[in-house]
Parts: sequence; C-alpha cells; structure tokens
Amino acid sequence: MSKMILEIVTPERKVYEKEVEMVVAKGVEGEVGIMANHIPFVTPLKIAPLRAKHEGGEDVIAVNGGFMEVRKDKVVVLAETAELPEDIDTERARAALERAERRLASKDGNIDIRRAEIALAKAKNRLAVASRKK
Amino acid sequence: MAKGMREIKRKIKSVQNMRQITKAMEMVAASKLRRVQGLAESARPYAEKMREVIASIAAATTDVTHPMLVSREIRKTGYVIFTSDSGLAGGYNSNLLRKVMEIINGRHTSEDEYAILVLGRKGRDFFQRRQIPVLDAVTELPDSPTFADIKRLAAKAVGYFEDGYYDELYLIYNEFISPMTQRPVEKRLLPLDDVEALDGQKPTEYVYEPSAEEVLNVLLPQYAETLIYSALLEAKASEFGARMTAMGNATRNATEMISKLTLTYNRARQAAITQEITEIVAGANALD
Repeated sequence: MSKMILEIVTPERKVYEKEVEMVVAKGVEGEVGIMANHIPFVTPLKIAPLRAKHEGGEDVIAVNGGFMEVRKDKVVVLAETAELPEDIDTERARAALERAERRLASKDGNIDIRRAEIALAKAKNRLAVASRKK
Repeated sequence: MAKGMREIKRKIKSVQNMRQITKAMEMVAASKLRRVQGLAESARPYAEKMREVIASIAAATTDVTHPMLVSREIRKTGYVIFTSDSGLAGGYNSNLLRKVMEIINGRHTSEDEYAILVLGRKGRDFFQRRQIPVLDAVTELPDSPTFADIKRLAAKAVGYFEDGYYDELYLIYNEFISPMTQRPVEKRLLPLDDVEALDGQKPTEYVYEPSAEEVLNVLLPQYAETLIYSALLEAKASEFGARMTAMGNATRNATEMISKLTLTYNRARQAAITQEITEIVAGANALD
C-alpha cells in the first residue's frame, strides 16, 4: 500500500509527523478519508478527532479547528491546537466541559454563546480522544 | 579618617550586592532568550505553510477577493504595540514608545484617526499617563508565551479590521537583530496585500472544499493572528536580549566601581597608618 507523510503543525510546535496509509478527518463539509495520491485539496476542519491509520495501527489526535492541506504524498494539518491522547489533561477538559455546559444552560444574555459552544466542542473532542488512550 | 573608611567599606559591600543581582538577572535573561528563540523557531513552519496556501489560492484564482486582501480608503488606523511588563531592559520600551509617538504625531491630526492596542504594562501605563485612549491591553504575558495567551487580543485586532472599525493595521515592535541590537520597526499587517508577490515557482492547484472563498474566510484571519503571534515572540526575544545587554553593562559598571572604591579604601587605610606612625614618632620625640 502506498504511503504518505502526515504532519500536524500548531503555532507552537510540530505535534505529529509520521508515514501513514490513510487519514480520516472531519472537514466543514463532512468527513473525508485521504489516501496517498489524492489530488491537491484544501479544507477547513471542524473541532473533531483526526484518525491516522498506519502499519502499526491507528493514532487519534484531537484537532481543534484549523485546516488541512493535501498533496500527492503529503498531508499537512495546521491547527490552533492539536493533542495526542497522552498529552491531554483529562481533568482540565472535564472541568472545561462542565463550565461550558453551565454557561450554555444559564441563558444569561451577557455570555458569548458562540465562544461557549466552541469551548464545549473542544472539551468534548479532547475527552473523546483521551478515552481512546490504551 | 576611620569614619571615612567605614563608609567606603559599606559602599563597596552594597555595590557588590548589586553586582550579584545584575549578574543573576543577566543570566536569567540569557536563558529566557534561548527559550523564546526556540519557540520562534518552531512557530515558523506554521506561518510559512499558511502563507504558501494563501498565496497559491490568491494566485490560482483571480475571481476570488477577500476584504482582508484589498486596500481600502484609510479613515482610521490601528496599531498593535508590543512592550514589556517589567523595566530594567535598557532603552527597550522608551525607544519603541518614542517611535510610536513620532509615527502618531506625524501621521494623525486627531484622536479619531487611530486606535491603539497594547501589550505589556509599560506601554499601557505610558498611554494612560498621556491620556491616549487604548482599545485593548494585555499585560502579564508569560515569558514563553503560547498562542492561546495572545489569541484573544489577536482575534480582536483582526476582528476590528474585518468590521471596518479601522482600515489598516500596523504592528510596532522591537525587531530582534542580535542579543545586542534591537530596532523598533513598524510592519503593516492588514490588509494583506503582499501575499501574492511570492517567488516564481508554480503554485499547486488545489481543490477547495467547500469553496475557495470559504477557505480564505477561515484562513486569512488565522494567518493574521499567527503573524501577530510571531511578532510577539520576536518582541519577547528582543526584550530578553535588551535586558541581558543592559544587565551585562550594569555588572561591568559595578565591577569598575568596586575596583575604584577598593583603591580609595586602600589609600585611606595607608594614609591612616602613616598618620598614626607620624603621631607615635612625634610623641616619642617629645619625650626625649
């Protein structure tokens, strides 16, 4: 099976770089699966886990926003934050989840609903990825 | 004489203490500088990659325009000014703020023509003292800032441009040339009209999902925020470079002062001894 390089980069560092067989990500238009020799392709990503299949199994990475650039033999994901399961602070994510839910439930006119929703999505994403930790 | 000697001795002690502190600060600044430089290094691929994609969209599609790419008539100008929280960094803040005042006084006639966003306590206090309105301020940024630390201000700065509150946005910060040299510079961030002027290589033709416009909508604000982040890292590097140099100078001056004072002290000691001998000899002579 032909392979490609997957790179995940955030403003702070390169989170992930590995030879993979397939990348499954959630674009704004829906889930996309990318294999080697895909046509050049760019899409923004949703806040969701990204799966990378390679010979040894599958890696799941929590990607928060950003976008994906696909070339024939290389996929680059540029995200504001991206975390591997072992890097996720579950406690913090759970606290963030509760906070965001409380905010949304409070129906207070002063809060920024969009921001709370984003925070909620991020926390859910992190927890979903962290739960796959072996 | 003995009284003067004690005073000199006390002075030497206090200068020695001071030297210890400045030396420690120099060393701390040097290590922080290294860390920030590492951060700046690892932040580069992200900004470069984004620039590449934006440039190829701009080059491949002629019919797509985005408000952030187009220059419009300038009625109001935004400035993001990067200063530090603490002083003791030589001319780091004062040089920068002098440049800011030059620019503002030279370019604008009334307060309605510009808006200021400021990072760092020194800058915020400076504008407060002069009663220049500040749109937003962020202070107490950590020494190795992460993107999340500045995200709010960056998003706000870009958002004001998108909403048309101001029509261009400048970043003013100290450019890092070497640990010894920093220079205040002014860089225009928005509108992003120079992304198309890229090297001659043929851009990759991408398929965009959902559309080139949509991708640009997401990408451009993020790119601008990234540029603000890299400016912050550079400003931080300059700050530590400036502090390191300033503290290095202070340490050298202290050393010099100590050696001068020691010399004076020894002279005074010698003079006292000589005087004592003279007195004893005179006393002995008087007895004969």
